[in-house]
Amino acid sequence: MGDIRHEANAELPPLEVPDVMPPHAHGWWAKYVFSQDAKYIAVQYACTALAIGLVALVLSWLMRLQLGFPGVFDFITPEAYYQFITMHGMIMVIYLLTAIFLGGFGNYLIPLMVGARDMVFPFVNMLSYWIYLLAVLVLVASFFVPGGPTGAGWTLYPPQAILSGTPGGQQAGIVLMLVSLILFIIGFTMGGLNYVVTVLQARTRGMTMMRLPLTIWGIFTATVMALLAFPALFVACVMMLFDRLLGTSFFMPMLVEMGEKLSYGGGSPIAFQHLFWFFGHPEVYIVALPAFGIVSDLIAVHARKNIFGYRMMVWAIVIIGALSFVVWAHHMYVSGMHPWFGYFFATTTLIIAVPTAIKVYNWVLTLWRGDIHLTLPMLFALAFIVTFVNGGLTGLFLGNVVVDVPLSDTMFVVAHFHMVMGVAPIMVIFGAIYHWYPKITGRMLNEAMGQVHFWVTFLGAYAIFFPMHYVGLVGVPRRYYELGEPAFISTPVGGLNAFISVAALIVGAAQILFLFNLGWSLRHGRDAGSNPWRATSLEWQTPDTPPRHGNWGESLPLVYRWAYDYSVPGAAEDFIAQNDPVTPEPPGGRL
Amino acid sequence: MADVTLKKTSPEPPEGLAGFVADWSSDQRAFKQVSWGKAMMWILLLSDTFIFGIFLVAYMVARSSTPETWPNASEVFALHIGGADIPLILIAIMTFVLISSSGTMAMAVNSAYRRARGPTALLMLATALLGACFVGMQAFEWSKLIAEGVRPWGNPWGAEQFGASFFMITGFHGTHVTIGVIFLLLVAHRVWRGDFDLDRRSWLSRGNGDYESVEIMGLYWHFVDLVWVFIFAFFYLW
Repeated sequence: MGDIRHEANAELPPLEVPDVMPPHAHGWWAKYVFSQDAKYIAVQYACTALAIGLVALVLSWLMRLQLGFPGVFDFITPEAYYQFITMHGMIMVIYLLTAIFLGGFGNYLIPLMVGARDMVFPFVNMLSYWIYLLAVLVLVASFFVPGGPTGAGWTLYPPQAILSGTPGGQQAGIVLMLVSLILFIIGFTMGGLNYVVTVLQARTRGMTMMRLPLTIWGIFTATVMALLAFPALFVACVMMLFDRLLGTSFFMPMLVEMGEKLSYGGGSPIAFQHLFWFFGHPEVYIVALPAFGIVSDLIAVHARKNIFGYRMMVWAIVIIGALSFVVWAHHMYVSGMHPWFGYFFATTTLIIAVPTAIKVYNWVLTLWRGDIHLTLPMLFALAFIVTFVNGGLTGLFLGNVVVDVPLSDTMFVVAHFHMVMGVAPIMVIFGAIYHWYPKITGRMLNEAMGQVHFWVTFLGAYAIFFPMHYVGLVGVPRRYYELGEPAFISTPVGGLNAFISVAALIVGAAQILFLFNLGWSLRHGRDAGSNPWRATSLEWQTPDTPPRHGNWGESLPLVYRWAYDYSVPGAAEDFIAQNDPVTPEPPGGRL
Repeated sequence: MADVTLKKTSPEPPEGLAGFVADWSSDQRAFKQVSWGKAMMWILLLSDTFIFGIFLVAYMVARSSTPETWPNASEVFALHIGGADIPLILIAIMTFVLISSSGTMAMAVNSAYRRARGPTALLMLATALLGACFVGMQAFEWSKLIAEGVRPWGNPWGAEQFGASFFMITGFHGTHVTIGVIFLLLVAHRVWRGDFDLDRRSWLSRGNGDYESVEIMGLYWHFVDLVWVFIFAFFYLW
């Protein structure tokens, strides 16, 4: 990595863009509510996402109550169960994970980590949040309309999504869902343009792209992908909205319902699946890449070691991002596609495992002989690696057509994607919150509560999802309201289901403790100081903690090195901040 | 791989892939001499390209999966003028108007480079008028088809996806043109008032005293025109 090292006495290049302070807000409303400061917008995004995520958590409890103890809870009707499934999935994937990684961490970290005063278009950035909030409110409104929210399953496959047999299909539920998604995409695009342009065009002097912390690489690549993948969902939503409201037949074939021929005809339901998954598979990596980036930084900071293979990590992120656009139909092996497509998509799917495996190796090699501090962020980062490997390995089963066909639509799939796309990124979100909370608030999160939260969440997640793989392998289909004792399942799984449900209740309760900790530590947390983790990247070098408007006080920071100078031989401390111009003399002289 | 130090270790930039990476990852800005606003517009247009591209692909899928016959575009879009049916005449005029508006826009951008306040404003106004003209003719086309019985859920000549795709795609494009016309008028108003000479800051410009808003507006306008060419080819000529 010698070529990334700095020349301390180097001349600085001139400032290419004039250093202009973003306009100051006047008055309480402009400062705290309609704030144009990316840091406030980030907190607004994160709080909204966590609030709606709490709703999704409760919905998962209700589902587990039904699956674990069928027949006990009268108020969970089959219709309600499908509504819980749909809303839980959609909220978690879009309104929590996407929003918190890009809108939350993206807004907070991008300007700070690249050394900018704010996002490039603060006003558009503010609009982004308010449109996101509107999308969330429209989504929540669907709980209160006649017929309730849509119960079409989170993939909203037509034709069932807009027919009367599906909850909300012929009522307002599906309409509000689609409108909410369209609003989300519009709001996200406004934020996404900001994130991309800020990373590309608003870096401080010395901050080349190849010196960016991997967190920024992850968020940046994910945002570019989102700007290219969300259009597919946008188009699919518009077309389905027309099918539902105007009676067009884009996705609707000729149908007979209750002996009556509907007015639809000639549309292609498979077209929707292609559009949905052209968005849906990149979406997996839109969530995963920021997690990859953040976890790389957490590991480097808390193992006091430079990240292993920085360039390879960057290339892996970019290649994963590109490949994720050509694998979408592996979600559709059982849709009746031509087998040759299955062959193609299985191949690309397995190829994507290569850059992903490179990243896992590099994380492990970063840990190897590192000075590992088992702080809360590190614990969550380790949990992520383990969980991601687990989820990735079951991905190999599902990526192969012949293995996928019997496993498709069983609980095995549910277990797989919850491991790889649910638990793993959530672990990173928790780790990242424990890591950056001190910068955001100036106080540390309570360690004892954090330890309880971590161990219950980590062990609990395995108690939930490991047995679920087995439940799937013996043939239990997913999305079944009640299983009974069908002949095609050799082993009774009722006991296991009850066990999973109890574990899910406990893990959920631990998240309440986490939310409590967030509030409690705001007041009672230990004072953090400006750089409690002794980290190198720029956000820890701000003159004030929490950073003030404009982030950097009088002058922008100058960057002399990459973000991973930990435990440099000969340095006075075991880290050298990115804006520190010293060149340590290695013991024994330079080679 | 690129040598990423602050001090240039050699005057020669690295070659091949290393040079490519060094260029893209260079200090402060990936695209030199490109302002934030212009970069944002390019990326927005890239995203919008995907939206229009997917709309067109979805239309092609609908067209190829319906079992009904697809109405013949040159008959449907014919106008009865002077005792003869002239195929696609209205669309030809609309296309001509829109392409011409790209010409006046390009001239407006050229005037803006020369900081010629009057010609810039007038040419932008001309562009907006041509754009409004296009939208007006589109409204005429829509009402004619609606009068003939074309609906999103059906039409007298064949596959019902014809009307659905037509209204959806031309409607989405027409919305883009309308938004463009509104912003053209706003920017033209600012140019006329002299905002870009006076270094005045507003929500449309950073107040750095140049005419860049005109150029950014031009990017958007040319994009909308370019999209129309594809809609014309895939919807009307196919």
